Amino acid sequence: MQRKSSRRLWSGVLALLAAAICWQSSLAQDLKSFEQKITTKVLPNGLTLIVCERPEAPVFSYSTFVDAGDVDDPSGQSGLAHMFEHLAFKGTSEIGTTDYAAEKDALEKVEAANNAYEAEYLKPVGRDPKKLAELKKAFQDAENEAHKYVIPNQFTEVAERNGAHGLNASTGLDETRYFWSMPQNRLELWAWLESSRLSDTVPREFYKERNVVLEERRMRTDSNPEGRLVEQWLATAYVAHNYGRSGVGWPSELSQITATEAMNFHKKYYVGSNIVVSVVGDVKAPEAMPILEKYFSRVPGGPKPEDMTTVEPKQFAEKTVVIKDASQPIYVEGYHRPSYRDPDDAVYDAISDILSNGRVSRMYRSLVRDQQIAAVAEGASPFPGSKYPSLFLFVAAPLPGHTSAEMREAIHKEIEKLKTTDVTDSELAMYKTRTRADLLRGLANNQGLANALAEYQTRYGDWRELFRQLDRVDKVTKADIRRVANQVFVASNRTSAQIDTEAPAGGGAR
Amino acid sequence: MSGQWLFAGAIFGSLMFPAATPAQQTKPWEKIPVPPMHEFKPQQPKRIALKNGIVLFLQEDHELPFISGSVLIPGGSRDEAPAKAGLVDLYGQAWRTSGTAKHDGDALDDILEAKAAHIETAGDDDSTALSWDSLKADNEEVYALAMDLLFHPKFNQEKLQLAQQQVATSIVRRNDNEDEIAGREATKLVYGADSPYARQPEFATIGTVTVQDLEAWHERTIGGKLIVSIHGDFESAAMEAKLRATFEGLPAAKPSPARREAFPGPKPGVYFINKEDVNQSNISIVGLGTDRRNPDVPSLAMMNDVLGGGFASRLFQKIRTERGLAYAVGGGLSFAWDHPATFRVVALTQSPSTVDATKLAFAELQGMTTTPITEEELTRAKDNILNTFLFRYDTKDKVLAERVRLEFYGYPPDYLETYRAALEKVTVADVNAAAKKYIHPEKMALLVVGNGPEIKPGLEELNMGPVHAVDITIPQPAAPAGSRPGGDGAAEKP
Repeated sequence: MQRKSSRRLWSGVLALLAAAICWQSSLAQDLKSFEQKITTKVLPNGLTLIVCERPEAPVFSYSTFVDAGDVDDPSGQSGLAHMFEHLAFKGTSEIGTTDYAAEKDALEKVEAANNAYEAEYLKPVGRDPKKLAELKKAFQDAENEAHKYVIPNQFTEVAERNGAHGLNASTGLDETRYFWSMPQNRLELWAWLESSRLSDTVPREFYKERNVVLEERRMRTDSNPEGRLVEQWLATAYVAHNYGRSGVGWPSELSQITATEAMNFHKKYYVGSNIVVSVVGDVKAPEAMPILEKYFSRVPGGPKPEDMTTVEPKQFAEKTVVIKDASQPIYVEGYHRPSYRDPDDAVYDAISDILSNGRVSRMYRSLVRDQQIAAVAEGASPFPGSKYPSLFLFVAAPLPGHTSAEMREAIHKEIEKLKTTDVTDSELAMYKTRTRADLLRGLANNQGLANALAEYQTRYGDWRELFRQLDRVDKVTKADIRRVANQVFVASNRTSAQIDTEAPAGGGAR
Repeated sequence: MSGQWLFAGAIFGSLMFPAATPAQQTKPWEKIPVPPMHEFKPQQPKRIALKNGIVLFLQEDHELPFISGSVLIPGGSRDEAPAKAGLVDLYGQAWRTSGTAKHDGDALDDILEAKAAHIETAGDDDSTALSWDSLKADNEEVYALAMDLLFHPKFNQEKLQLAQQQVATSIVRRNDNEDEIAGREATKLVYGADSPYARQPEFATIGTVTVQDLEAWHERTIGGKLIVSIHGDFESAAMEAKLRATFEGLPAAKPSPARREAFPGPKPGVYFINKEDVNQSNISIVGLGTDRRNPDVPSLAMMNDVLGGGFASRLFQKIRTERGLAYAVGGGLSFAWDHPATFRVVALTQSPSTVDATKLAFAELQGMTTTPITEEELTRAKDNILNTFLFRYDTKDKVLAERVRLEFYGYPPDYLETYRAALEKVTVADVNAAAKKYIHPEKMALLVVGNGPEIKPGLEELNMGPVHAVDITIPQPAAPAGSRPGGDGAAEKP
């Protein structure tokens, strides 16, 4: 029995080494072959274009990556970046309007009416309800006037009639992305549409859209137990940096964002130097580049806006959030860690992989399989963003009848093991093998590849980092993991949050 | 990963609602050259029908050094005994985690994860499946392990128990999220709570499942008409030989028993579920859908686009764009492959505007017959559906998956072509006839999940009859005190 297993062990190690060698050469080939398929160009306005040829089918996918997200919302205007993303679908001076000159005037009147209404509304003393009602009516009249010029949803209509598929956008803490896929013969049409809406946004229907975003907040956060938990947890973990601030916006701030503020955000952040546009699919760079250059040169130039400078002060006191809720328990804790630029970035990935990737992972085997106290237990980072110092989080959902306290204790035992004993050679090797495999698997998907190229180009200044990051993955050692665990997973650096189940006061049916 | 998305659901179509169609708007986009499309014939997999009825599909793809495969097996949760609801879910988990006599599930995990390879099993409503993927170099070994698991699983009690714990967890948490409640209860309203398509696992039903039950399920289904599909970096001749060696010698595949089911549709009325930790209502208007063999389906696809398919659909336009009352809004009449799906229109709106949004949604439904669909609306729906059509087959694995699906449900292999041709032929008269035939709000049920005390005006304002309160209390197991599920020591009834 023992001989059988040791033979398996040796053959396993040899297989790993063989795989590692095979991997290295296959991925080197891939970087080389991708270098042949990819053309990049930085335009005079600072915008970076990436074209990647992948002619499997007559389609292409694109990804516009704007290096501005929730974290860049000005103080008092949380939710702005995301609001702007919604606006980017409302058309331009040429799309979505019957008469832009007249509409522009009408929109200015809307803005003036909103300012007047808001000024009265925000009066701490002496607000006049009669005046407020009049101002509200004036505002609504102005809105109705402006609406007369609107052709609703024309931008998305043109895109979708021409075969736009998977049309969407997302605002994260660090970035805003716009993307879709399209038949390849629409490349020029897409370039015109996309460059138009990036450079020539019109804040039409702004205040209606603000209500839509308030509903989005109600759906994702207010009415969602996990949403509420995460919002409170982040706000507690961060005392200064904007990662702690609601991405969709605090209701009091979101409900008072103005079109003027949204357009100021656009002016500052939607400049060429802050934008990467990648296209992957059935495109030929020599034909495509001139077309893309022609259109994307319309995006305004300007200096790359500074990153926010607030640095979260070092946490020195453990923090805890306890929510009493009708829903089932969830436990989460987080530790501050450096940004993606830190030399130890891959070490955090290794820890996350070993702790929670699949049924072989430590947290699964310990909390789910052996102790049978959790349904799911994982550790991951970076969260909620990566550009700035972020969090390494641990989350666990207890099995029925088990508690958040048990999750916490079990998680801490796993952390202790990481600190006191090296991970095994095979755990470390498995992390490296799986990371390479995942990277490789992701290369055969136009949209995924477009997203990844744009992201790496922005974050590292070079899309090749998508491949080169494996060098850093390879360098991770057991000693690194132990060192980082000891530095970072300490009580004074911890913020935890949990839902404790409690029956609603009225005893209503749940 | 945090992030806000523009809209929650999938986009189907786009439509310009003619609020202000100017004769004189210059449309610069119409001047942009659109060259003819490159001809595209997606690579079809090689289909091999073995004499025993088992079907093989091989789809070569040499872009990346991976091979993945799957065996699809007829028979799923809709075939469970009601007293054992959840059996197939448990089976789908425990099959893989139990492993075989040679390698238990944990040993399989160790072997596979070290190679970044996977073998997984799953249960669904009409099928179960075993799938595998690995680097090309590991295919021999992983295939052998997958076949061993396929034919010789050794179910064990510990892994069944872990699976029961997973399902118990989902039961106890099933009322935590409003959208989960709404989806589940809407389905129950359409099909009936005891329908195979709607029934829920309960503590009592999953508690009765034994290892013998899992073995019996495997026995019962493994002799069915298996569909084997392989995608990746292999040579077809060698792979075909390998698959024949595994599958050719098996006994003749047993056909699936015919299904005889009735689908009467929902009992019309207003149904309410109170949930007080929300400030937004989930409004669902539900009815019976249809199946894909229905010749009205192409017209219904266009109708859906106009009604609730995306940005410029009537529902989206009115409730979100014009009134700003919802972020998530849309829906339509769905068609499943071999049984009627559901009709569902959804809007999520803050509690005080629940009645308002509900009235608007019903008005749009009525409007589908009283304000007939125009040429303009149809053209836009067609442009979108036809111009995005190729995204159903733009990758080799999508093509493979589609062929497997068509084989499983007994549709001809050229279904996509004939479907596309039918979509092209749909006329305005067709769509309006479909709307008249299928949209009957008086036959539908309204389900609202939300914060009762804050829904003002209340649902009685709708004048749709009495509001039926739906009890979603989770039945507790009849068990000794110590093992009561329910979270952190509260007297709460989950």
